[in-house]
Amino acid sequence: MFEAVLLTVITAATPLLIAAVGELVVERSGVLNLGVEGMMIMGAVVGFAVANQTGSGTLGVVAAVAAGMAMSALFGFLVLFLVANQVATGLALTILGIGFSGLIGEAFIGVPGLRIPSLYIPGLSDIPFIGPVFFQQDAIVYLGFALVAAVAYTLFRTRLGLVLRAVGDNHTSAHALGYSVLKVRFLAVLFGGACAGLAGAYMSLAYTPQWVENMTAGRGWIALALVVFSSWLPLRVVAGAYLFGAVSVLNLHAQAHEMVNIPSQLLSSLPYLATILVLVLISANRRLTLVNTPACLGKPFVPDR
Amino acid sequence: MDTLLDARGLTKRFGDILANDKVDLVINKGEIHALLGENGAGKSTLVKMFYGSLEPDGGEILWRGKQVAIGNPAAARELGIGMVFQHFSLFEALTVVENIALALPDPGKMAELAKRIESVSVDYGLPLNPADIVADLPVGIRQRIEIVRCLLQEPQLIIMDEPTSVLTPQEADLLFLTLQRLASEGCAVLYISHRLEEVKRICHHATILRHGKVVSECNPAKETPATLASMMVGADVASVSAGAQKPRIGEIRLGLSNLSAKAATPFATALNSISLELHAGEVVAIAGVAGNGQGELFDAISGEMPVAQEMIRIDGRPCGSRSITWRRRQKAAFVPEERLGHGAVPGLKLSQNIVLTRHATGDRLTGGGFVSTARANALEKHIKQEFDVRMSHDDPEARSLSGGNLQKFVVGRELDRRPAVLVVNQPTWGVDAGAAALIRQALIDLARSGSAVLVISQDLDEIFEIADRIAVISRGYLSAADPAEEMNRERVGLLMAGGAEAQGEVA
Repeated sequence: MFEAVLLTVITAATPLLIAAVGELVVERSGVLNLGVEGMMIMGAVVGFAVANQTGSGTLGVVAAVAAGMAMSALFGFLVLFLVANQVATGLALTILGIGFSGLIGEAFIGVPGLRIPSLYIPGLSDIPFIGPVFFQQDAIVYLGFALVAAVAYTLFRTRLGLVLRAVGDNHTSAHALGYSVLKVRFLAVLFGGACAGLAGAYMSLAYTPQWVENMTAGRGWIALALVVFSSWLPLRVVAGAYLFGAVSVLNLHAQAHEMVNIPSQLLSSLPYLATILVLVLISANRRLTLVNTPACLGKPFVPDR
Repeated sequence: MDTLLDARGLTKRFGDILANDKVDLVINKGEIHALLGENGAGKSTLVKMFYGSLEPDGGEILWRGKQVAIGNPAAARELGIGMVFQHFSLFEALTVVENIALALPDPGKMAELAKRIESVSVDYGLPLNPADIVADLPVGIRQRIEIVRCLLQEPQLIIMDEPTSVLTPQEADLLFLTLQRLASEGCAVLYISHRLEEVKRICHHATILRHGKVVSECNPAKETPATLASMMVGADVASVSAGAQKPRIGEIRLGLSNLSAKAATPFATALNSISLELHAGEVVAIAGVAGNGQGELFDAISGEMPVAQEMIRIDGRPCGSRSITWRRRQKAAFVPEERLGHGAVPGLKLSQNIVLTRHATGDRLTGGGFVSTARANALEKHIKQEFDVRMSHDDPEARSLSGGNLQKFVVGRELDRRPAVLVVNQPTWGVDAGAAALIRQALIDLARSGSAVLVISQDLDEIFEIADRIAVISRGYLSAADPAEEMNRERVGLLMAGGAEAQGEVA
């Protein structure tokens, strides 16, 4: 039973983790993309459709990533090069994604899906308890962890990450030093789109291998909140995503077993409350938060030339 | 002499405005070359073209005799041109070493770079700790970072944009030593400053720009600050007189007693039991390097940051936690430092901006929930004439005014009320010499008519020109306000560098 719970926690946390770490990179560059939900749901429907048509989960995942990137490219073009309002454009992107995914997905409602296989590592996967939990997950779970590690390392240990943080902290200075603010930001936005697409694919190819309209159910928004409450620090995003996953799974079990006599609506809101509460508490260090908040977040940049 | 940089006929146009009109400029090796001009004369535009941040529309740049196109700042650094910006090219959330690494084409390992920074900075007498986060550092140290960053690029020409505006006089002296050492090593310096005394002191040659054109060249050592100023303005600058007669000191109009406030954010300054009494008839100036609590002090007095009731009194009435409007009704007036966005709403017309600060103070601008446009317009016309605010059409949006004109407007809007207490932060920041003289004279005249005027400023020339008494703020401590005759630059400088703190702690 405990093993099963842990397994479901990992599957619940993975899409949040991936989408949030992508958005973290976007926001670190100084761009606020509120379209995570829209990009995720497009990734979910395109991933499902392509996997269903070709019979290949890998192709489905690749297509989902491409769909997320296409959506983010549209966003990036509008807000970076046409200097559209980031908040309005992000909201529009979410609405577009939800609507358009419904249109594409109409033919796939009720169609049995394809689940991307779990990896089997001889030896390790056979260890009781530890094996199934840590070494029998699908590739996207491991990819999620690899992404977080890579993002954390790149942000704080490489020149690329330094430039990205510099652009998000003070775009005027970065421009004055000769960095191409818009290029850095566009690439960051594309990375965020790719992650959101991947997170969407996980929803429709691993979490619940089927297509249901609006199946991301607000996870894009949770990912956005995780980024802010984690003070733009990748490792805290992991903590937040897993906490959210854990509480939402516990809540499902609690409801299924009628263990507690609490209204189900209140139980359903628990993951949100718990995650926000904990992240608010850990971000109480205002200095750390201030130093890590991208000072140019959401501010448009127009190079003078 | 070896010519390093030779600019011929450089032209840059922004829309209808010709920012630089066929500018010629020659800089030699080992020369400290001053670039002078009023705000908007085109100095910044010109140096940005040398540094590759702007592309010239016409003309050519010769570097060591060869024509070059400087496409971007990286290309400029490659040639050996470095730039120390006024105050906006550092990344506050990053460490010193990260800031410097960003400006170097090949910074190598961070740990090694940190060692190089330490050795170069100590060598030039500008010690730095590479691991510090910039947000925690005072402005003087921030400038060191910029200079050390420049030095690590081994430049042949360093462009400095108003480097001393953020320094204490002692820090400025240290900077001059560094510049003179660089010049003796053959490095050229292009030096932009409004402080004519220091230009006269350290520069070998000066080029003066007016309306985007070179109007004259001279050897500043042979000129006086007055002749340099008139070359910049194109006319004699009226000198401000504090009045021959001693001001008649009246009753206390503004009293601060043990004014303390915690820092609201990690980057703000706490105020530490500040006491000051401001009498009718006098101008008191508070000197200090930027970021030592001036903004917080202003916010406390104006009411933007409420404090304990007894800490502030206007005409004897305690008001530390009263609203801004309440204080305005007590005939107090406030002019904040940032004119666009704080002193005036950029997108509103001037008449609407007048309503915002004067709706409650007896001008009958509002009534029954309605705004009297007619009265607001009349006031706008009056202030415009009285303070010589120049605008292209009637009642424009605040953002369309140039900095100097908007400053005349925001100061004039409050002066026109004849307030009993006027508190003004940086009254002439970024304002040209003519407008600055007008504003300073108006402040003195107001005081002489029986009001109390508190001027917070970082410009020592301004302070010595207008103040009857001078206090210095340092890290949120205020020194005693002593008569201006008893103060000099050296003493003010020592107080700025921490003396005020020691004095404040004793008191």
